[in-house]
Amino acid sequence: MHLFALSANPILDPLILLVALPFLASFLAALLPSNARNAEAWLAGTVAVCTLAITCWLYPQVANGGVIREEISWLPALGLNLIFRLDGFAWLFCLLVTGVGFLVVLYARYYMSPADPVPRFFAFLLAFMGSMLGLVVSGNIIQLVVFWELTSITSFLLIGYWFHITQAREGARMALTVTGLGGFALLGGVLIIGRIVGSYDLDVVLASGNLIREHSLYLPALLLVLLGALTKSAQFPFHFWLPHAMSAPTPVSAYLHSATMVKAGVFLLVRLWPVMAGTDAWFWIVTFSGLITLIIGGYAAIFQTDLKGLLAYSTISHLGLITTLLGMSSPLAAVAAIFHIANHATFKASLFMAAGIIDHETGTRDIRKLSGLFRFMPITGTLAMVASAAMAGVPLLNGFLSKEMFFAETTVRAENPFVNLALPIGATVAGIFSVTYSLRFVHAVFFGPPPEGLSRTPHEPPRWMRWPIEVLVLLCLIVGIIPGITIGPFLATAVRSVVGENTPAYSLAVWHGFSLPLVMSGIALLGGGLLYLALHRRLNRIEGPPLMRRIKGQDIFELVLVTVFWRWAAGLKRFFGTDRLQPQLFLLVAVAVLAGAVPLFGKMGLVDFSAANLEPAFALVWAAGMICAIASAHQAKFHRLVSLVLMGGAGLVTCITFVWFSAPDLAVTQLLVEIVTTVLILLGLRWLPKRVQQMDVGAQILRTRLRRIRDFVLALVAGGGMALIAYAVMTRPSPDGISSYFLENAYRLGGGTNVVNVMLVDFRGFDTLGEITVLGIVALTVFALLRRFRPAPDSIEKPEQQRIQKAFAERHPGAPADTTVKDFLLVPSVIMRWMFPVAIVLTVHIFMRGHDKPGGGFAAGIVMSIAFILQYMAGGTRWVEDRLRILPVAWIGTGLLLALGTGVASWLFGYPFLTSAFHYAEIPLIGRVPLASALLFALVVGATVLILSALAHQAVRTPRMAQPALPAKVPAADDRASRSTGGTR
Amino acid sequence: MELIIALAIGVLTTCGVWLLLRPRTFQVIIGLSLLSYAVNLFIFGMGRMRINAAPVLDSAVTDLSHYTDPVPQALVLTAIVIGFAMTALFLVMLLAARGLTGTDHVDGEED
Repeated sequence: MHLFALSANPILDPLILLVALPFLASFLAALLPSNARNAEAWLAGTVAVCTLAITCWLYPQVANGGVIREEISWLPALGLNLIFRLDGFAWLFCLLVTGVGFLVVLYARYYMSPADPVPRFFAFLLAFMGSMLGLVVSGNIIQLVVFWELTSITSFLLIGYWFHITQAREGARMALTVTGLGGFALLGGVLIIGRIVGSYDLDVVLASGNLIREHSLYLPALLLVLLGALTKSAQFPFHFWLPHAMSAPTPVSAYLHSATMVKAGVFLLVRLWPVMAGTDAWFWIVTFSGLITLIIGGYAAIFQTDLKGLLAYSTISHLGLITTLLGMSSPLAAVAAIFHIANHATFKASLFMAAGIIDHETGTRDIRKLSGLFRFMPITGTLAMVASAAMAGVPLLNGFLSKEMFFAETTVRAENPFVNLALPIGATVAGIFSVTYSLRFVHAVFFGPPPEGLSRTPHEPPRWMRWPIEVLVLLCLIVGIIPGITIGPFLATAVRSVVGENTPAYSLAVWHGFSLPLVMSGIALLGGGLLYLALHRRLNRIEGPPLMRRIKGQDIFELVLVTVFWRWAAGLKRFFGTDRLQPQLFLLVAVAVLAGAVPLFGKMGLVDFSAANLEPAFALVWAAGMICAIASAHQAKFHRLVSLVLMGGAGLVTCITFVWFSAPDLAVTQLLVEIVTTVLILLGLRWLPKRVQQMDVGAQILRTRLRRIRDFVLALVAGGGMALIAYAVMTRPSPDGISSYFLENAYRLGGGTNVVNVMLVDFRGFDTLGEITVLGIVALTVFALLRRFRPAPDSIEKPEQQRIQKAFAERHPGAPADTTVKDFLLVPSVIMRWMFPVAIVLTVHIFMRGHDKPGGGFAAGIVMSIAFILQYMAGGTRWVEDRLRILPVAWIGTGLLLALGTGVASWLFGYPFLTSAFHYAEIPLIGRVPLASALLFALVVGATVLILSALAHQAVRTPRMAQPALPAKVPAADDRASRSTGGTR
Repeated sequence: MELIIALAIGVLTTCGVWLLLRPRTFQVIIGLSLLSYAVNLFIFGMGRMRINAAPVLDSAVTDLSHYTDPVPQALVLTAIVIGFAMTALFLVMLLAARGLTGTDHVDGEED
């Protein structure tokens, strides 16, 4: 795949840039130093301004009902493409996300203290911005879910930003659990919709409204989608996570938990409104979930003692208002919902920022401790009052307009008398509550006697910290006074893309004459005022909302979590699970056998057994091989060394088979790997416990015997099945596969005649890169595991011969001690030492011929490590490491880095990753060598040597381990030696 | 010839699976090795058994049907090396578990 070509062209597309830019900046932000407050703010602010500019620049293209679409093919066969799609409604959201985003970044610059690690904050904030933009411009519904989940994750990270605070951690976890669960449900819903429509393309989905609504799977799809939307937008009964999310830094609350992320739920409802709304199920669930949330949220907000808690419940309530409107399914209600989304974002974000300033300047957010702040911060106070008035729905402010539209919609006569009463009354009651809590926010904080017991004297915040609030409040005012010429056209564009061409007429005027909605507004304002008058002296003494204070969402949530994920899970595990390996492996093999047998059952056809072309020599070789295998299995319990040798015999016969049947490369590699494996296991044998065969085999208990019979039957079935399938396939002619391609092109494209090697280093270079990475990881894991290795007590003792000699030396004072080790394998070790240069020459030979003849970097690497092992065996660990600098970790690292580097280099030249045309290194005297092969070599040597030397080192550390309790009488030189070898590892 | 290879694969698999289900770690490591031989031979066999047809291009021979299938060979080559890595890792796990638990039972405790 031409990744380079793919990335060159569309990345410059403004729509994709809009989503990509924040993510790129997020990576950059994470890399800046932790005290770079200004640099971070500049970076984030610039990105926000750029995305805002892109959004504004794109407006003319969506203004007249246009839709911008950009598509990047990913899996076209499955209908999964990256589609970016911007219409009027998505545009409005982009404007909110980028615009409020910019103001929040500016605000955060002053809000965050110099002690906070800001790179993390801005990196997460930018990542959130990108996720949210991605969510709103997704033109593929699965892609939408992916960005949806990304917003949940970034929200989790941002709520938990101050992770040293318990509430922040708990709030973050709760938010993630609830919204994550909803996101999972949404994925299910989206998959059902995709199944109904036959496509995940949003445009196709939007054009299939009737199909979806009349389908038998409509209800499950609706329920799942609503589960996603209602959890995200904190709607009853999932509203409880939002107040706990208030432990996030205030810029986050202002941005995510009032203006943007919690709006994702209602965004989705609006997005799917054209195709899912209008049914009874939609009406009842959405409307009443919204209405209950609207009232409960408003009621609870009155009784909050935390400023941000009050705003959080108010946000829940306003989101309930939007949800209620969407539930009504009428086009006018949808208009009101979209309008209120924008209005709520402006006044609520500014209120959160004001609350943050109050917290910042006074050191507390507790309403009971605050009062009379107006004399200290008159400008902030005035701004907060205007924004609160907008929240309460006071005329001449934007909140009033959308609230009037809401009231008007609730009074539309329906057929159901209950609905006819419940909606307008519920709306008015909620209106009263919202006036009450808005009054409380203003009155309790800014009026009354000066505050007592504050740690510092409050004053106005820095100029630019207040500026975002000024902008937002100004917007509230001008939208509230002259809506028609400010927000009018943009709203019309957004509405048109949702409701369609036949959008009903609506008027944005401030004055509609005396009407029922106006009366309801009047009742709300008056009733709210009276309610506050009646309550305000007592409010500070009330802990939590009456009637609701015992029902804590958090407790219920935790009870459910504990029951489901602890009790039930433990029960299920007791019932189905086992810690024992043997039953697990038995099941694994049994299932594998079944999986192989079921599809082939009865379809195998006739298998013609014939011994026609039997070669006696080959049959004899395998007779030996099979005897080796069976004997090895038989001896593995009590005679490990014998078993290991016999296993090597079976491996050798396998190797001969490769030679016999035209696979020289495999034979070479198998042989070399066989040697290394044997040495490896030999090194490990010493640490295994002694096992003496008990003679009373007849006394085996019945259970063990039964289990052995059962295992044997399974092994026989597995073996017989494998043999049968292998025979059946091998006796049939080979189908035309992809092989001829490699044979044809190995020389032309790969530049080598050894096709297998060319495939490894060229055609399948990416696989090989993965493979050597695995090898590197294994080597490092081995290294790490053995660093903390503790041998079992009975393995620590020195071998028997050394002990006998030591005892002898102790009895006879003149006798030499430890000579068993000194002259150990004297003749072989001389030969081994002299073999080293020979082995190196062989390595070079195998390495050089690899591309054209059997051999290659792989085999050469193993030969090289065998050369090292021989030295270890001949001279001992210390002898080798005193003379040779062996740096396996560095070799692995360099090899991997180079492998990646060359891969990326071909990318930069516009070729696919790891194209080997560029990978020939000119080595003087030797000529062209494929680089991939060289890298393979470096890695294989590094990894193998690391594994082996880590194991060999265990022999060095034992003497130290054996005497840990001794006082420090160990000779200093010996101690130094063992420490230095410990250090080289 | 195919009959012998098939038989060999069968015997190796039987021994491998049998050892895989035994309680001692050393038995399991030998079993895994035998099983890898079996699987490697099996994959190799999918390219059919041909004598004197190594996939090493010779300029004198232009007929591609002269060469055996290189794809299974490339796969097996990878499998051999990964099998080696697996054996090494398992061996060290085995040693560490033995050191930590004092037993070489696969469950870390005698039953």
